[in-house]
Amino acid sequence: MTATDHQTEPATEETAPEKEKMVIIAASGDLDKAWPVLILATTGAAYGMDVTVFFTFWGLGILKKEDAGLTGDDWRQKMLSMFHNSSASGLGLSKLHFAGMGPAMMRGLAEDHNVASVQELLDMAIDLGVNLWPCQMTMDLMGLKDEHLIDGLSAPVGAGSAISLMKQATISLFI
Amino acid sequence: MADITVDARNLQCPMPVLKLSQAVTGADSGQTVELIATDRGALSDIPAWSKDTGNPLKEQFEQDNEYHFVVVKA
Repeated sequence: MTATDHQTEPATEETAPEKEKMVIIAASGDLDKAWPVLILATTGAAYGMDVTVFFTFWGLGILKKEDAGLTGDDWRQKMLSMFHNSSASGLGLSKLHFAGMGPAMMRGLAEDHNVASVQELLDMAIDLGVNLWPCQMTMDLMGLKDEHLIDGLSAPVGAGSAISLMKQATISLFI
Repeated sequence: MADITVDARNLQCPMPVLKLSQAVTGADSGQTVELIATDRGALSDIPAWSKDTGNPLKEQFEQDNEYHFVVVKA
């Protein structure tokens, strides 16, 4: 056998077949959007898909640490982080927010009905190998550094990476 | 009796599918995994998951308002 024979050998059993891809663009930091994002992402992973969630703009709030505090050097960034100081456990509702009463009621209902919380689903997503992509541009815009975001994320990327992946994806969603 | 039993009773969508998927991923080929759920959506979700992932649904029955699904790891 010559060295070139190796190159024409059929793929070995170790080479897993290419998985179908699913991409979700998570652009909202509302509880009622973060929920479906993570439900679909985890379910896609359970279906054996290669799932990526690209978190951009307010969606990045889902990945913020609870104690991220004021971020950025610019006073405008600091104000943004003060008024949008959310993390997976502190997201608001897009409607019926009622100064935080809405989300509190919704979380209570979810707990009573054994619906997994956004925080639980986020942990589950990381556990299932969902690729979580923070948007670099939004991070710069809001003055967010890697240390302000939770562990288990992939390195920040840009829109080009998202488009490149969506071109190959069977399912692409913007939520 | 299945090799592995997953208790997803009282858990809502998508947890039954996620729990089943995790158990099947950890199982050896040919092993059976039984999922017990009370979520009515599982009646449609689990057979669909089985078909899409290629892990055959060997048995499905309802007992005392609980749904049982026995899946064979491919």
